[in-house]
Amino acid sequence: MEIQPILAALRKHKIPTALIVLEIALACAVLCNAVFMIGQRLGEIHLSNAIDESGVSVLDVRGLDPEAMAADVPRDLAALRGIPGVTAAAAFNSLPLTNNGWNSDVATGPGKLFEKNAPNVMMYMFTESGDKALGLQLLKGRFFTATEYADSKLGGSYLPSGHVVLVTPSLAGRLWPGQPALGKQIWIGDDLHYTVVGIVGNVLRPSENGQGLSGFYHSLFFPISPGPNISNYVVRSAPADRDRVLRDGVRKTEALLPNAVVKGKTFTEIRDKYFADSRSMVWMLVLVCVVMLAVTAFGIVGLTSFWVGQRRRQIGIRRAVGATRAHILQYFQTENFLLSTAGVAIGMLLAFGINLYLMQHYQMLRMPWYYLPASAIALWLLGQLAVLGPALRASNVPPVVATRGG
Amino acid sequence: MFAYYLDLAIRSLKRNPVLTFLMVLAIAVGIGASMTTLTVMHILSGDPLPGRSANIYYPQVDATPADWHNKNPLDMLDYRSAVDLWSAHRADRQALIVDSSVKVRAPEANLPPLMLTMLSTTSDFFPMFNVPFEYGSGWTPADDENRARVAIISGNLNDRLFGGKNSVGKTLRLKDSNVRIVGVLKPWRPSPQFYTVVAGNYANGDTAGFYGKPEDVFVPFQTGLEVNDGAFQQFTCWGMPSTPGHLQNSPCVWVSLWVELEGAAKVASYRDFIASYAQQQKALGRFTKTDTRMLDLMGWLDYNHVLPSDVKLQTWLAFAFLAICLFNTVGLLLAKFLRRAGEIGVRRALGASRRTVLAQCLTEAGLIGFIGGVAGWLLTLVGLWLVRSQKMPYSDLVHLDVAMFVATFALAVAVSLLAGALPALRASRVAPALQLKTL
Repeated sequence: MEIQPILAALRKHKIPTALIVLEIALACAVLCNAVFMIGQRLGEIHLSNAIDESGVSVLDVRGLDPEAMAADVPRDLAALRGIPGVTAAAAFNSLPLTNNGWNSDVATGPGKLFEKNAPNVMMYMFTESGDKALGLQLLKGRFFTATEYADSKLGGSYLPSGHVVLVTPSLAGRLWPGQPALGKQIWIGDDLHYTVVGIVGNVLRPSENGQGLSGFYHSLFFPISPGPNISNYVVRSAPADRDRVLRDGVRKTEALLPNAVVKGKTFTEIRDKYFADSRSMVWMLVLVCVVMLAVTAFGIVGLTSFWVGQRRRQIGIRRAVGATRAHILQYFQTENFLLSTAGVAIGMLLAFGINLYLMQHYQMLRMPWYYLPASAIALWLLGQLAVLGPALRASNVPPVVATRGG
Repeated sequence: MFAYYLDLAIRSLKRNPVLTFLMVLAIAVGIGASMTTLTVMHILSGDPLPGRSANIYYPQVDATPADWHNKNPLDMLDYRSAVDLWSAHRADRQALIVDSSVKVRAPEANLPPLMLTMLSTTSDFFPMFNVPFEYGSGWTPADDENRARVAIISGNLNDRLFGGKNSVGKTLRLKDSNVRIVGVLKPWRPSPQFYTVVAGNYANGDTAGFYGKPEDVFVPFQTGLEVNDGAFQQFTCWGMPSTPGHLQNSPCVWVSLWVELEGAAKVASYRDFIASYAQQQKALGRFTKTDTRMLDLMGWLDYNHVLPSDVKLQTWLAFAFLAICLFNTVGLLLAKFLRRAGEIGVRRALGASRRTVLAQCLTEAGLIGFIGGVAGWLLTLVGLWLVRSQKMPYSDLVHLDVAMFVATFALAVAVSLLAGALPALRASRVAPALQLKTL
């Protein structure tokens, strides 16, 4: 295919050519970044969380008398375990993705707390059988013993008085890179230290807490005996029983604690609520991409149709002097390919620039290089598809047109 | 003449109905998307206290130990510094504030207890922030001093508990204490809820939470600390608090102070005052650092990056999208006008001036822009309705105000003129002789 005549023709239509190239460039740049953002958000929405998400329900009980909780909580949990279908129940101080953080900086030795690189962690605390209620996955070591639960009370400083703790692999890797974590000590301040007795699968924190995704799994688990502030009742059941169990649980708890405010949620609801913003952003981005591509495609269809209409006579002459239909078809396809190529070339540069800007101002990550060729190919295909209709119409122009005036 | 051009334009548009529809649609969708996001941004980035915000300041001192790793004073104050600065009464008005979660019952209303957010503050809060009252009024400075058991409730809570009737004088039970209602607020929805904005720098742009609703219960500062003792949460600590939820003597920051200062002289003297307070505390050995800071209200919001980054991103995206739609329409119009070059050539040869050809083409482009603008305005309404139906904290704030309504039309006109000007100019330059020759 000769490119020279195409270029000559395009040179006669400088402004429409420039406009279509710019349109494709902008579409390419936006597409790259939007798809990358969609991927990032979807990655967050689907972050793994090593608990039994589909079986866990949570009763958030508030407004309790702190003095009475040591007695009330075991009674309430016993009642919850009595609901048919409940496999385990325990009380927690907080749960993943509930935005209720119990955070502290921790260190591997005494007095290191003020060091700038001391990681900030979430401290989960649960009463006996909390590991079963949440469905924690033990990777190494052991869960807590009955004595360890009994010996650990929530002290004046929101910290447990016990001496054992479970860590996630993510936090263990951060505290002791390349070393086994079992048996190591975690220190909070100069006085409190806890021995790592087990490693459990990565559990998300109540919120990202400005730590970025790398700190999202920095969680610790402590045993605790029932008492003030340990007032999230976690009930586990088979997913099929979950909704009924939750309803019964709320009713039972409300009956036992008439002065309390009880809110029941399944963990699925908690997760959906936490990521609602991200999900609506994803929908918005998808919508914009689809409409943008549609507009670009229609722009190509419209412009090429006009060019075909304008060149009917020339097409007829070419056909009359021996060009086949395939030649005409190829002409418009090549023309579109050239326009798209120019567009995506500018577009990829633009996409890269936008990504750099977003990295500076919006905590965006660097876009992997393959997004650029991928969206370039997408726009090439879109261009070829869009041009097909008008190009076919052009190839159907009969040679006899050449002999007619106008 | 205009009627004739309009007639010509309508004929021309009817000749290619599909193309006309596409051009109108592109403009409409572009305007709809950009005006929806721009309206959201406009509403979220407005001044929550118009006319007064320049006089409202957020003083900060730094009580952290020498080895604590903070660059600036922390976002909130420790109890003692806050109360010291407040009781000096060096500003025109000053208000301490702290939020806590409290169990609320109304003995007279037979409803299950509610868990609500309660703001413990001082009497200046209401006049300083222009808080509107439906019934009753704020409490007095004497009530602050005497830890009076009084409360002000939101209109929303008044509706829930007392059916919207005047509830001044009625009793509210907060945790285990009774307080007397002295005031009921009118609907009050500052955007953002500026006085509790903190920690925006740790939010990674996820700041939609700053646009939540104000508290439902307001009580005098010390009353709140007494009534809800044990339920207060620290912002940050550099040591262990000795009693959970009771932070008066803790090494923690958890209280904010807002002051009103009219005029540069007062601002400068208040800056001196907090600087000398920090010096004095250092001399006493309670502080190790003498850094202070005092931003005005808008400065503080800016420092906290209150505008959610998703909203900013969406606005950028929408305008890139509008640009694509614009390029599209310009390209199509240009092709369309130039295809009629023969027709234009004849008109020019018959005596039409460039100006008349330009006017005719602009009428056609303007018509497309006008229809696109009206459709875009409708799409903006649909877009805003979609935003309102989302469960964002700011969803209920979103509406099209007069300014944005005018802006939508201005944008529609600007876009259509932009889209039409280039093709019309190009068409009016058609050389009549050349066109006639090819006919």
